[in-house]
Amino acid sequence: MPAEPTPTGAHALSTTGGAGSAPQRLAQAALRDLPWEVGIAKPDPAIVVDGVVRTFGGLTAVSVDHLEIQRGGITGLIGPNGAGKTTLFNLLTGFDQPDGGTWSFDGRPLGKLAPHQVARLGVVRTFQLTKALSRLTVLQNMLLGAQGQKGESFLRALVPGTWRAQEKANTEKAMELLRRFKLDAKKDDFAGTLSGGQRKLLEMARALMSDPQVVMLDEPMAGVNPALTQSLLGHVKDLREQGMTVVFVEHDMDVVRDISDWVVVMAAGKVIAEGPPESISQNQAVVDAYLGAHHDAALTIEEEDRVLAEAEESISREEHPDDLRRPGRPDEKGTDR
Amino acid sequence: MAELIDALAVALKAGLGFQAAFFALLAIGLNIQFGYTGLLNFGQIAFAMLGGYGIAISVSQWGLPFWVGVVIGIAAAVVLALLLGIPTLRLRADYLAIATIAAAEGLRLTFRSVSATPITAGTRGLSGFSDPFVELAPWDTAQRYSILGTRWSGADLWVTFVGWVLVALACLLVWLLVRSPWGRVVKSIREDEDAVRALGKNVYVYKMQALVLGGVLGALGGMVYALGTASATPDQYQNANTFLAYAALILGGAARVLGPVIGAMILYFIIQFADTGLRTLISNGIIPENVLSATDVAQIRFVLIGLGLILLLIFRPQGIFGDRREVMLDAR
Repeated sequence: MPAEPTPTGAHALSTTGGAGSAPQRLAQAALRDLPWEVGIAKPDPAIVVDGVVRTFGGLTAVSVDHLEIQRGGITGLIGPNGAGKTTLFNLLTGFDQPDGGTWSFDGRPLGKLAPHQVARLGVVRTFQLTKALSRLTVLQNMLLGAQGQKGESFLRALVPGTWRAQEKANTEKAMELLRRFKLDAKKDDFAGTLSGGQRKLLEMARALMSDPQVVMLDEPMAGVNPALTQSLLGHVKDLREQGMTVVFVEHDMDVVRDISDWVVVMAAGKVIAEGPPESISQNQAVVDAYLGAHHDAALTIEEEDRVLAEAEESISREEHPDDLRRPGRPDEKGTDR
Repeated sequence: MAELIDALAVALKAGLGFQAAFFALLAIGLNIQFGYTGLLNFGQIAFAMLGGYGIAISVSQWGLPFWVGVVIGIAAAVVLALLLGIPTLRLRADYLAIATIAAAEGLRLTFRSVSATPITAGTRGLSGFSDPFVELAPWDTAQRYSILGTRWSGADLWVTFVGWVLVALACLLVWLLVRSPWGRVVKSIREDEDAVRALGKNVYVYKMQALVLGGVLGALGGMVYALGTASATPDQYQNANTFLAYAALILGGAARVLGPVIGAMILYFIIQFADTGLRTLISNGIIPENVLSATDVAQIRFVLIGLGLILLLIFRPQGIFGDRREVMLDAR
């Protein structure tokens, strides 16, 4: 796959119709009238997941029946810790193999592909724990991202003439991206000397060196200070402007609301809800599984009274074993706490 | 004093001799594998043994021409690298380490076993295979030559010369490789395989290439050693040599083109100087016989080297050529 000077993601735009004019509206508009149902078919899916199951021993980490991801949009993937978001990422990008199921990108099945093959198709990812290549300089990190490099073959590497021109073009492209991400002053520093936030930026910029069509970001904002979060958000939105499909995992609901066109909520390995960001906070399943459990707002007095009353009720039920709902009791106890 | 200067001359000769070239080649191979790619090959000596025996068996047992022996030795090293790499390179780094250390010891024991005696001549080893090589020398190998106050036989000089030419070529190869995009990929693999996979590179193939290349350089080193000693016995190829080569690599500075070469020279110089120097001091009575006897020297010199390495790692962990900033990144 030869490196092209223009982002290959750009042609994805034309398939969705608009030639450059506010493409983010296109994805949003296309998704506006969809019902907020789990597994709903999208007008123009880039990634389709079908029946993907991954178990670790007795634990079902991921069990997704059907999921489509709209092309050219930003899809937020949220869920409590252990919901299987990162495992799903690993499965989609070939870093992990599922027990069963199929998934495809642009109609091409991705099952049984190794991670590098998935990446060559144009699906690149970043990692939750940033993987900056410490003992390489920032610029070398960037150059590694370029695809189809002639000099990466063993024999051609020995003849610099075969790859020098390509290397020069890649360096220019890398410097342009570094300027965009405001890392150009650091180009000759070891990546290991960058701060956490700068590493996140570098990883995203490096992923863009491969001219991806789908960018999968695993917690891009984790551990990043608020000022840098804003600039990262800007960069993610830019990806959409350029016609790339973005999937990202995030815990910060403000971020998710701000940039997603569509939100997919996972809990205990399943997709429990999907819809536009404003629909999510109204969804009872989500509130139960995620927002409710992790809501850090203080309880109001009424809520506290209600919770207390429920607790007392369950205790009194426990003390009266002739209660009708006896078989369900242990479960209920669990959820009440 | 004159004896110490003699010891210095002997050590200098050793630091430039074919043994140093042998260690340099082993260490350059390890540098590609460990220094650049992050592969832990703990059985480099097995590749050297296949190289040495490749010539020895081909020439003295099968009566094949010398060059065929060279090709067989290299081919055997490639096969061993593939055999070790295919099952382990998809796994974590430690599995390769286990497989290589076991292979090195296993191969040595196989070569010296009774059942292999018809081919390898067992513990007695093979000799008489170096004549076709010595005949290639452009000068009279029967004469003795004096260089920088050290005396060499013509044959020794020829082996040593070829050894260092091979070292120079290997350095050129490494230099070309590590400044190319290929080198960038393998260095990235050393840092984080998964990041490299996520960027569309076939990590497995690169690791295999590095393992094979390092193994072939090890085999060349083994050939130099076998030709230099004019014999091939299994116990020449003790796995301790692998770790001496690692010591040379770390002393010179890993992931530096000239690091393993200078490291090997200095290491061999120190080994020889400690040996001759201590013996001189004992025979002069400067070190009393009841403190240290001449028979202990062979062991004591390694204690001294160990001590030196510990001090090196404390005060100069990057080695002679390394970049301290680079090494210290891991300590953050």
